[in-house]
Order: sequence, then structure tokens, then C-alpha cells
Amino acid sequence: MSSMSTRHILLGLLASGPSHGYDLKRRHDERFPQARPLAYGQVYTTLQRLVRDGLAEVEGTESDGGPERTAYRTTEEGTRELTRWAAQIAPPAPFVTNEIFAKVVVSILSGGDPAAYLRAQRAAHMARMRELTAVKTAPGADLATVLSADYALNHLDADLRWMTTTAARLTTLTAEVDAA
Amino acid sequence: MTNGDTTEPLLAAHQLVKAHGRTPALRGASVELRAGEILAVTGASGSGKSTLLHCLAGIVRPDGGSVTYAGQRLDRLPEKRLSELRRTDFGVVFQFGQLIPELTALDNVALPLMLAGAGRAEARARAAEWLERFGVLGQEDLRPGEMSGGQAQRAALARALVTGPKAVFADEPTGALDSLAGEQVMTALAHTAREAGTAVLLVTHDAQVAAYADREIQLRDGVVAPAEVTA
Ligand SMILES: Nc1ncnc2c1ncn2[C@@H]1O[C@H](COP(=O)(O)OP(=O)(O)OP(=O)(O)O)[C@@H](O)[C@H]1O
Ligand SMILES: [Mg+2]
Repeated sequence: MSSMSTRHILLGLLASGPSHGYDLKRRHDERFPQARPLAYGQVYTTLQRLVRDGLAEVEGTESDGGPERTAYRTTEEGTRELTRWAAQIAPPAPFVTNEIFAKVVVSILSGGDPAAYLRAQRAAHMARMRELTAVKTAPGADLATVLSADYALNHLDADLRWMTTTAARLTTLTAEVDAA
Repeated sequence: MTNGDTTEPLLAAHQLVKAHGRTPALRGASVELRAGEILAVTGASGSGKSTLLHCLAGIVRPDGGSVTYAGQRLDRLPEKRLSELRRTDFGVVFQFGQLIPELTALDNVALPLMLAGAGRAEARARAAEWLERFGVLGQEDLRPGEMSGGQAQRAALARALVTGPKAVFADEPTGALDSLAGEQVMTALAHTAREAGTAVLLVTHDAQVAAYADREIQLRDGVVAPAEVTA
């Protein structure tokens, strides 16, 4: 799954012209500033798979006196594949799996304290949201940074809303059990 | 209370109790607000957020507990002194608007300055600056009835900030705004707090808005929930 998107992201970066591995890594990390940085080894193996599958090819090798660097370019098939992938709808939440959700369910099943867990998780989420808001509103923040901070903020916000609703449901349930 | 901060709070409420008729709204809520600090107040509907804001802003007198502002007991101040202090030191944005319907957006914002003694031209010029900061310049001649909910909300914020208050009390100031307008308003508000040292009490149910604050307290049934320690 994640290697599939790395493939397409590299194809996307190659769309603006031939590039070698190190350059692709650097541009990836610039475009996706809050993502985990790409490992150079992963760039290299992904490029080799793209070549194997006919989606990219070697443009040439230069050495400049230093170590040899191989530049890659996209193929026609690579361009077609990129267009197809970019327009393809991502399945909207086909499976509901998430660590927070799992912890709450397990906590309920095992007679733990899901409400206490939810409060602590909320505090951690809020702290991260404050960090991201500071990053996003810092003077001179570039578009890639703003977009990625927005993306993370909206997802954390969605978690929080689910957590708030769940905490309220748990309170209601407890009150009903206590009253019975 | 916050990271061992030893400076005196600008505003401190201790064990506030308030009932509306027989409905308890606050049942021993304590909170501190420092100069330049933005404090988010969150909590379920009916948990007492607006009541807390009204007590802190000196709009409602608590039934019990104390509110101390810059060393003086607000809850014991005579009405005349209290309203004078509200005018000079506080800016309030109510949850349900409260612009003056007969006045244009510009005059609504200029009014507090004129009440403080500014001339009409100067008041209107400064009012226009604040409307611009909140992204509603161009609507300054509209009356509240002709403004969208979000425009009225931003005009109300401009009115609360135009006099350069020491503390601003904002009750759901972004409730009617889309996310980009909300971002513009919050950025301007946070900037003002940082630059001018204005303390901001921000009631909101929106976590993305609360994330502009330095910290958050949560109300539960009229009391402040204990802070969580994040690892
Ligand atoms: N003027 C009033 N008369 C009677 N009861 C009131 C009045 N104002 C508030 N209450 C009650 O006091 C409690 C706290 O209300 P408050 O408006 O402070 O809540 P809130 O947290 O601001 O809610 P919301 O998120 O819905 O704005 C509620 O139970 C409410 O019904
Ligand atoms: Mg309210």
C-alpha cells in the first residue's frame, strides 16, 4: 500500500523532468514536509521496480568526478499510469481500523477505564494540534507546509470529534447502568 | 498553574457558583488568565461556558466565589465602576451577535472609540482598519440585518478589539465562519494577543479553533475538569 503510493509519488516527481535518486528524495521531502522522510534505499529500490515494470527508464549516468549518479526519466506508459492513478478514487474508509478506536473497544471489553484513556488522548491530540497550528501560521510558511498541516489538523479534529462523542456515550451508558 | 509560570494572573476566578433560577450553571469553577495568554474554554453544550465568560467579564455577578481582575474584586465592584471598567479594559463578543441594528458595520465598530472620547473621523478610520484585519472591509456600510452571519460575527470581533482592551472575551467567535474565514479571524486574534499582550478567553466547541490557544480548559457540569498530563 505505502510502496504503491511511493511509486506514484516518484512518477509524479519525474513528470517534471529526469532526475536522479538523491534529487528525488530531496524534492519528496520538500513537497511532503510533515511526512516521514523517504529513505534513500527506498527511492533506489522503487526506481528499479519502475524500470522493471516499464514505467521509467535510465536517462544516463554522470559522475562529475564524484560517485556515479544515474538519472531516470518517466516513460509514456509511466505517464499513462500516473494519470490513471491520480484520477482514481481512493476507497473511502473501506475498513474501520485505528489504534484509538481499538484501544477504546478493548478497554470496554476488558473492564478498563476508557474515559480516562480518552481524556489523556484528547490532551495529546490538542497539544499536537497546537504545534501544527503554530507551524501553519508561522510567517513565511510555504504552501506545502500549510497544506500538510491542514490535512493533519483536520484528521486529528475528526478523531477528537469521535472521541468526544464516545466519551459522552460512555457517560450516558454508565448513568443508565447506575440507575438500573 | 501553567508550566510553573509565577507572574500574577490578570484575571482569576475562584470557585465560581452561579445558578439561573433553579438551574445550576457553575458549581465551583476556578480559572486563571494571564496577560497575552489565549485560553480556550471547551465543553459540552450546557456545561456553563457562556455563564463562566459572563462572570469573568463582569456582565453577570456570581452567586458565590470570587473574580479578581488586576488586583480588584470584580464581583464586589459597584455597578457604575464595573461598567466603566468593562468599557475601558474589556472587549466582549457575545455568542449571539449583539451588534446595534440601526448602525452600519463601520459605526458599530467605531462606537466604542467614540464612547471613549475619540472624534468621529478618527474612530471611523480605526474601525475600518479592524474590519480590514478581519476580512470584512467592503461591507462597512451594511447594517447587521443586511450582513451574513459570518460578516456580523467578524464585525463584532472588530468592535471588541478596536479599543485595545486588556482582555477579550469571545464566545464562539467563529461559529458562523467557514474554515478559511475562521483561520483569518483566529490568526488576527492570536496576533493581537501576542503583539499587544491582550488576554483572550475563547469559548469554542471547535478543536481547530482551540488549537490557536496556549492552553485549554474543559468545563464539565459547571466545573473545570482536571488537566491531563501529557507524556
Ligand atoms: N438565562 C438563563 N436562564 C435559565 N437558564 C440558563 C440561562 N442561561 C443559561 N442557563 C442554563 O445554565 C446552564 C449553562 O448554560 P451556558 O449557556 O453557560 O452553557 P454553554 O456551555 O455556554 O452551552 P452552549 O455550548 O450550548 O452555548 C444550562 O443548563 C442552561 O440551560
Ligand atoms: Mg454558550
